[in-house]
Amino acid sequence: MSTRITRRRSGFSVRLLAPLLLAPMMLAPVAMAAEAEGHGGEPAHVNWQDWKANNQISDQASLQRGAANFANYCASCHSLKYLRYERMAKDLGIPDDLLRKNLLPDGAKPTDYMMVNFPKADAEAWFGKMPPDLSLITRSKGSDYVYQFLKSFYVDESTATKSNNLALPGAAMPAVLSELEGVKRAVFAEQGAVGGHGGGPVVERFEEVAAGSLSPEKYDAFVRDTVNYMSYAGEPSQLQRSALGIWVVLFLLVFTGFAWLLKREYWRDVH
Amino acid sequence: MGGHSSESGPARTGFMGWLNKRLPVDAFVKGSMTEYYAPKNFNIWYFFGSLALLVLVMQLITGVFLTMHYKVGEATAFDSVEYIMREVPYGWLLRYLHSTGASAFFIVVYLHMFRAMLYGSYKAPRELLWLFGMVIYLALMAEAFMGYVLPWGNMSFWGAQVIVNLFGTIPVIGPGLVEWIRGDYGIADATLNRFFSLHVVAVPLVLLLLVALHLVSLHETGSNNPDGVEIKDNKDAKGNPVDGIAFHPYYTVKDVFGVGVFLTLFCIVVFFMPTFGGIFLEKPNFEVANAMSTPDHIAPVWYFTPFYAILRAVPDQQLGALAMALSLVCLVLLPWLDRSPVRSIRYRGWMWKTALTLFVISFVMLGYLGLMPPSPLYTTLARICSVVYFAFFVLMPIYTRLDPVKPVPTRLTSDHE
Amino acid sequence: MSDTSGAALHGSPETPAVDNSRRVFLTQATTGLAALGAAFAAVPFIASWSPSERARALGAPVDVDVSKLEPGQMVTLTWRKQAIYVVHRTPDMIASLAGNDGQLKDPGSKASEQPAYATNVNRAVRDQFLVVIGNCTHLGCLPKARFEKAQPELGADWPGGFFCPCHGSRFDLAGRVFQGSPASVNLRIPPYSFSNDSTLIIGKDDAVQGVA
Repeated sequence: MSTRITRRRSGFSVRLLAPLLLAPMMLAPVAMAAEAEGHGGEPAHVNWQDWKANNQISDQASLQRGAANFANYCASCHSLKYLRYERMAKDLGIPDDLLRKNLLPDGAKPTDYMMVNFPKADAEAWFGKMPPDLSLITRSKGSDYVYQFLKSFYVDESTATKSNNLALPGAAMPAVLSELEGVKRAVFAEQGAVGGHGGGPVVERFEEVAAGSLSPEKYDAFVRDTVNYMSYAGEPSQLQRSALGIWVVLFLLVFTGFAWLLKREYWRDVH
Repeated sequence: MGGHSSESGPARTGFMGWLNKRLPVDAFVKGSMTEYYAPKNFNIWYFFGSLALLVLVMQLITGVFLTMHYKVGEATAFDSVEYIMREVPYGWLLRYLHSTGASAFFIVVYLHMFRAMLYGSYKAPRELLWLFGMVIYLALMAEAFMGYVLPWGNMSFWGAQVIVNLFGTIPVIGPGLVEWIRGDYGIADATLNRFFSLHVVAVPLVLLLLVALHLVSLHETGSNNPDGVEIKDNKDAKGNPVDGIAFHPYYTVKDVFGVGVFLTLFCIVVFFMPTFGGIFLEKPNFEVANAMSTPDHIAPVWYFTPFYAILRAVPDQQLGALAMALSLVCLVLLPWLDRSPVRSIRYRGWMWKTALTLFVISFVMLGYLGLMPPSPLYTTLARICSVVYFAFFVLMPIYTRLDPVKPVPTRLTSDHE
Repeated sequence: MSDTSGAALHGSPETPAVDNSRRVFLTQATTGLAALGAAFAAVPFIASWSPSERARALGAPVDVDVSKLEPGQMVTLTWRKQAIYVVHRTPDMIASLAGNDGQLKDPGSKASEQPAYATNVNRAVRDQFLVVIGNCTHLGCLPKARFEKAQPELGADWPGGFFCPCHGSRFDLAGRVFQGSPASVNLRIPPYSFSNDSTLIIGKDDAVQGVA
């Protein structure tokens, strides 16, 4: 099983299988559950639905890091089927040789679309369905949702993946980033607790079960870069769009100014 | 040269002379522009007719160019739209111009229609003008609905499903009619293909014809104005209305300014917020059509939501569809429901002003409610607003007769702007 | 802009004459800006007709393995929607090229379209491989290979080359057009180079960067 899905790219190795195997192992030693909050007064809760991705599309360095993150952690399962490698490299200022060395899978040409070599039967056997293409996910669900999704995996013994997700309850995707983020448990407020947004259980706090290789700040930056990149992938032309827009609106303001003067001049006749 | 023209003034020489003997170019320019007199007191509400024409032309041109790259068909449509957005040079701009243009069309048209309500522009002798306008409005709604299906996103599919199913509520012929419209047992490739043909060819031709008729009818009666005073009642020695000014150059120049303001706002949206917070381009439509998965919340595009809210407010499926249809019929009948002797709101009494204000509030509220997912509170509000909406029309013959109107001047009062 | 009644411009007792020069200036300025705006607006529409990214990707350079191509053989492939002929010429074929000059319309390839490295006598980077676009320069049909000398329908002094069946144009083994042909220009040579001894790349040479 391991040789079929693990692919090596020169420069980076894709360790897809490792998180899949490690995650249940890391989740197994369940730490003692903390006591539920019960001191009267409203318990604090985690407003995860208010987390914002705060994309900075103009931040090219962030997009480049996000491209690397995506290539290493997501691209074995998730395609970006509308995006070509060379287009991405051109937009993000990545030179051709770096593209070929670090981001281009073996056997792919720069003009290829970012596809995935995942056998459908295997996907359905392991996850129940094919990992979806992510080209447009930030446009259809919003980048805030994707950001929340990547940060709200928690331990759940009752699922096949031993994890669950606040943004997408019952997610078929395992917590593949847990080697970076660490593993956490969600402590839910008592039944009937009011707070947060309508619907969904209220999370009082997260508790760390195991630490990841990145600190919380670094993991947060990792997720932001990745979501930033996915937001770019959803609409590559947005970089060009705002740049052109400024000139267009400026021109139109000048034109409208002259049109106003012309109108006023002719309308002196009218009394 | 030679020949003698029936027009006043010497016959033109040269190329224009040759042309004018074969095509009434000069007569047209004189009759519609340089010697066509319009009231001199047009205000901001009078920009929207020419803007509607501008948006129509923009949609036609961007639509033609989009059709050069779009690939109709269940299997190819969605991908072809992403192809346009990413791989066709400036394809993203063509797409956003067209999608923003659709919403801009309705903003402009609603404001244009509201002007008619403010100043009684639908009243005699302009009832036919209003009717042509209403048919244009209906054709526009059909055009926009079918256009929205073409990207074959998930909202395209489910929106089509819901709206086409509405026709199933018609007694007796309903179910058969729905299958006939769809061309299949569910919304399918056949539906998409015929909507493409209608959207690209048939309805645009119908729209162009209707707009031409609308303008010819307008020129026959002449424009109304904010005072509701007929300028043709006061003519000077030459036979021109004393309160009128030549359309060209005065209104051509003013409309160019209006175009400038409009395009500036339009381009701000196109270049900086083309989805307009998910209202102009809806989020679920960035997923491909999936017959097995309904979006969490189906709503039509914003310009249909007032009528959709009325549909949802009625707890019965057939009656709801009927109510929705009637809400449009009411608008059509406006010239005959309004029994006021006075055209413009400026000279109407408190009853009309109250009624119109309530109408606007209910229409906007219904629009908002139609966008929202249903809830007990929203349903109650939608019901109240629907009642107000219908009351505006149903009671109109009564309160417009009772309304204490003010005397209407014989000459225009407001200065030009 | 045509004038209306003229009363405004010339003035009357009630209304003094307007400042015509200001009016003319503003009209010209606004019209000029409008024309400029229209020209700018036309750019995206016209540009949208250029080959899309997909077309350019599909038009990327094509590798050809010539190690298996026997002398005297030709292989046909597609590049940028055009037929490309690659002919492995025998020494005999190459030698015969010099003798054709008198019968050719453009022996020096002055009028035809080829990269700089294909303006030599043999019109090739390496003499034994002819790479040519297989579209007759008359009206675009695919010329047929007629490499054997002295073919029945082509005459006893036919040195070998290409014959176009549509209207009878004839080209030699360097793609140069014979006199008497409806075509007036030699067959076009695409940009190409050798990435190694056995691999030709059609569509890429030193002048072409990446995917053109």
